[in-house]
Amino acid sequence: MTEIRVENLKHVYPNGVVAVNGVNVKISQGEQVSVVGQNGSGKTTLVKHWNGLLKPTDGKVYVGELDSQENSVNVLARTVGYVFQNPNHQIFAASVKDELEFGLKNIGLQKEEIDSRVEYISSEFGLTEFLDINPYRLGFSLRKSVGMASIIAMEPDVIILDEPTTGQDYLGIKAIRGSIKKLREQGKTVIVVSHDMPLVAEDTDRVLVMCDTELIFDGAPSKLFATESILKRTNLLPPQITSFMKKIGRSDSSESILSVSEALDKI
Amino acid sequence: MSVIKVENLTVQYSGEEHKALDGVSLEIQKGEFIAILGAHGAGKTTLCLSLNGIVPNMISADMYGMIEVLGEIPPKIPVRQLAAKVGSIFDNPEFQMSQLTVFEEVALGLQNLGVDKVTIEKNIKESLKLVGLEGFEERSPFEISGGQQQRLAMASALAMKPEILILDEPTSNLDPIGKEEVFSVTRRLNLEEGLTVVIAEHEVEVISEFADQVVFLENGKIIEKGTPSEIFPKIVGRQESVGVRVPQVTELASNKSNLFKSIPVTLSQAVEAYKA
Repeated sequence: MTEIRVENLKHVYPNGVVAVNGVNVKISQGEQVSVVGQNGSGKTTLVKHWNGLLKPTDGKVYVGELDSQENSVNVLARTVGYVFQNPNHQIFAASVKDELEFGLKNIGLQKEEIDSRVEYISSEFGLTEFLDINPYRLGFSLRKSVGMASIIAMEPDVIILDEPTTGQDYLGIKAIRGSIKKLREQGKTVIVVSHDMPLVAEDTDRVLVMCDTELIFDGAPSKLFATESILKRTNLLPPQITSFMKKIGRSDSSESILSVSEALDKI
Repeated sequence: MSVIKVENLTVQYSGEEHKALDGVSLEIQKGEFIAILGAHGAGKTTLCLSLNGIVPNMISADMYGMIEVLGEIPPKIPVRQLAAKVGSIFDNPEFQMSQLTVFEEVALGLQNLGVDKVTIEKNIKESLKLVGLEGFEERSPFEISGGQQQRLAMASALAMKPEILILDEPTSNLDPIGKEEVFSVTRRLNLEEGLTVVIAEHEVEVISEFADQVVFLENGKIIEKGTPSEIFPKIVGRQESVGVRVPQVTELASNKSNLFKSIPVTLSQAVEAYKA
């Protein structure tokens, strides 16, 4: 069980730019959280503190019992896995199998356990037939799957997905959303940094909205999309179905409708 | 008047088993806004790159069939020469930047064409205005936002006074503000400047608002072609095989057609078609 605790976090980059200022937040094991906001709002800077890729300039970040200031990314990565937006920034091994094995070897697992996890995760992500292929010969969607699979194989308590659906087509998005649901069932904490509002609306229970270095909203997506002032300030556009149900007066003023299936029930 | 005419176009990259395009026929009229949709690997990028001549002139491939763009045959003229008439925008704007200032970035293509200094300055001024980047002349292209970079890439193309703009997933790497900036500039260029627009995109809600025609590709073949209102309702239930979403209001109305006068593809159509 891993709780993430952020206390008065401030992060200033070496060039003097303040990226995160005075953020307090607590995320319990098993929550599905999205972090949204425009580029430059501080959302990526915030989540990079949770696996030690960045260290606080001021304030505290705890990952379970570990103070992130005193623990390296190698230690924190066992608990918090970070899947990069661009798989090319993450993948370096010569074959899909090597890529999947790398993290498992790193955390000191025995060969038998490594083999069984690679077998399981590659079938989960439809990668079995590509195990001997160089990841760079795969298309973007599959390469993204390799990036995700290699992190999930390590079975961290918390998984951070940075823009998981960007540049994906329908099937790619469907596969990623399927993986998120599975992680939820396994009791993992899933944190998605995303501009994809249907994903935020349908697959997460809590949204953190960053704006100009500050956390300005922390609540359910149905509340967020009903809060005009926040939407305006951050230029967030609700899913089309949410706007439609609001326009025809079929959603509560304080609680938005989040998906087509919910709309089908309520219309 | 047709500005693009493609007949039975087939493209196969060297060493690839499958054809990237397989017998594509398409005619695009001056001033049209055409969206190309399809799954990864369906042939969208290859179609875009064939229209501006990058395939097969810079990326080698076997090409069969007929392709004519503004009276030119793209495989037969230098890419740079066609670029003056057909502007191209890709998904990674930062890869298109090479100069120290926004001004120099826009000037580059014109200098390569040997345009005189007075015209260069006039064209740069006009094209930066068209994309809303006046006053950015001395800024570094690497220190502006993604949406601004993509609009700069558009200004560089526009400075050459093209008649056609080809955009290959121009907003994939942009945040919502950046997306909106690029879409609204594209829309304005189409409506006010009469530019023909060919855009490969995944954002079906925006495409439904803007496009005159949508062209669906699957395994290198055109499987649907028509207005968004004609085509999207036909895709409901086939999203998985086609690899493309439909607008959420289209999905809703298709499943509750008794509540709608017609099947909408945009938010405003949906509000109007809903039987209160």
